[in-house]
Amino acid sequence: MVQETPIISFKNVNKVYDNGTVGLKDINFDIPRGQFLVVVGLSGAGKSTLLRTINRMHEITSGEIRVEDEAIDRYKGRSLRFLRRKIGMIFQNFNLVNRSSVERNVLSGRVSYYPTWKSLLGLFSATDKQNAVQALQRVSLAEKLYTRADELSGGQQQRVAIARTLMQNPKIILADEPIASLDPLTTKTVMDILKRLNQEDGITVIVNLHSVALAREYADRIVGLRAGEVVYDEPIAAVTATDLNRVYQEV
Amino acid sequence: MTSQAPHQPWLQRWHVKPIGWTILLVVLLVASSRMTGVDVGMFLSNLDQFTALLTRLSQPAWDYLPVIMRPLYETIQMAILGTTIGAALALPFALLAAGNLVHNRWLRSGIRFWLDLVRTLPDLLLAAIFVAIFGIGSTAGVVTLAIFSFGMVSKLFYEVIETIDMGPLEALESVGAGKLTVIWYAVLPQILNQFVSYFLYTLEINVRASTVLGYLGAGGIGVFLQRSLNEFNYSQTAVIILATLVVVMVIDGISNHLRRVLL
Repeated sequence: MVQETPIISFKNVNKVYDNGTVGLKDINFDIPRGQFLVVVGLSGAGKSTLLRTINRMHEITSGEIRVEDEAIDRYKGRSLRFLRRKIGMIFQNFNLVNRSSVERNVLSGRVSYYPTWKSLLGLFSATDKQNAVQALQRVSLAEKLYTRADELSGGQQQRVAIARTLMQNPKIILADEPIASLDPLTTKTVMDILKRLNQEDGITVIVNLHSVALAREYADRIVGLRAGEVVYDEPIAAVTATDLNRVYQEV
Repeated sequence: MTSQAPHQPWLQRWHVKPIGWTILLVVLLVASSRMTGVDVGMFLSNLDQFTALLTRLSQPAWDYLPVIMRPLYETIQMAILGTTIGAALALPFALLAAGNLVHNRWLRSGIRFWLDLVRTLPDLLLAAIFVAIFGIGSTAGVVTLAIFSFGMVSKLFYEVIETIDMGPLEALESVGAGKLTVIWYAVLPQILNQFVSYFLYTLEINVRASTVLGYLGAGGIGVFLQRSLNEFNYSQTAVIILATLVVVMVIDGISNHLRRVLL
């Protein structure tokens, strides 16, 4: 059987910040389509940077990243926007526009499918408005459609953010500490939703987490970063607690 | 076992910095009043002149009110037109001058230099120029107010823009939105209510400014203010001042209301 090409692959990726700090060091690994990958590591280990190189929110210094077997470093303007369109992103602070309605926030996930003037005038098709309601239904928040985003609780806001991402029709979802500002109960809700999207829609999900327990509960595979280097990379079946503790040792 | 608090530096313990700054400020104030020859004694000894003026102002000639209604109305129209034109032009410049949106330092500095230049031009000078160009009347006043508002509002606007939460911008960028779309969806909703309140603040200032501009023939209530002052007819001046006060208070009320509604 022919091995399927990975959806994302890192080849000798390095990132050095302008002030000389090493962000990422010689990253080499592949992510197969449909995987639920959890990246663990201390704060400052480079987890956020790693995630943001995939949709080019951060640039790398050397090496190559391929998404769906295409090198992404040459993308510019339109092609860069097309790359980002198929990669959804979830943030620790939800990053909703607080003063706008839930509907507008969710629809804003769709803007890359429209010419600029249509986005500015808010001329979304009836289908997309319907899709926005469906996206909200998937995160069980359809009744909040016309509520202002800042009237929702943290967990609800994160679910709206997931609905926004769903409007992109993404093949990949990057989640940067999605539960760091949530309580244990809403944490489970949000992680369950991500897992469901991974299993039902086949979306490749990459999550940065602090919690080793959560990582072991949800991941198909765990990658550990320390000081910008991959120090651990195992499928979930092979992961042991003692191994993982190594990731969190002081350098 | 004794609890060990960290040693507090003597600089902090004796409040050296705040006291030093206060002394420096007082010294500078005294020195500058000496150098410029400001005589506080004269201010106190001539205070009776001031009260004499106040007594004369305290008998408003209410029958003058109907005469100034039209020019007052014109003043408000001038202020609204001028502020709207100025604020509308200021928005794109404010976006280009905001450090968190435009990372190109040269472009940003260029825009800011241009805005500084516009703000430096005194409104009285502008009015004199435009009265010479457009002739006596409210056109000159509107253009002057528009430029004056542009300079002031653009600075207020870009300072507001620099305080916004960058998270939503990052989210919109990650979605694949272009620059304009990001601004429309993630920037404008965050600043809209402050824009409205700064707009109304500028409008209020412009109503007052246009009373002065009338001096140079730029139309509005100022023409009447100047006339009454030249004729030493302080009871008429008082009516004009009170009528302007009412307008300013109404704008202030609208501003407060809108801010509550939009927040």
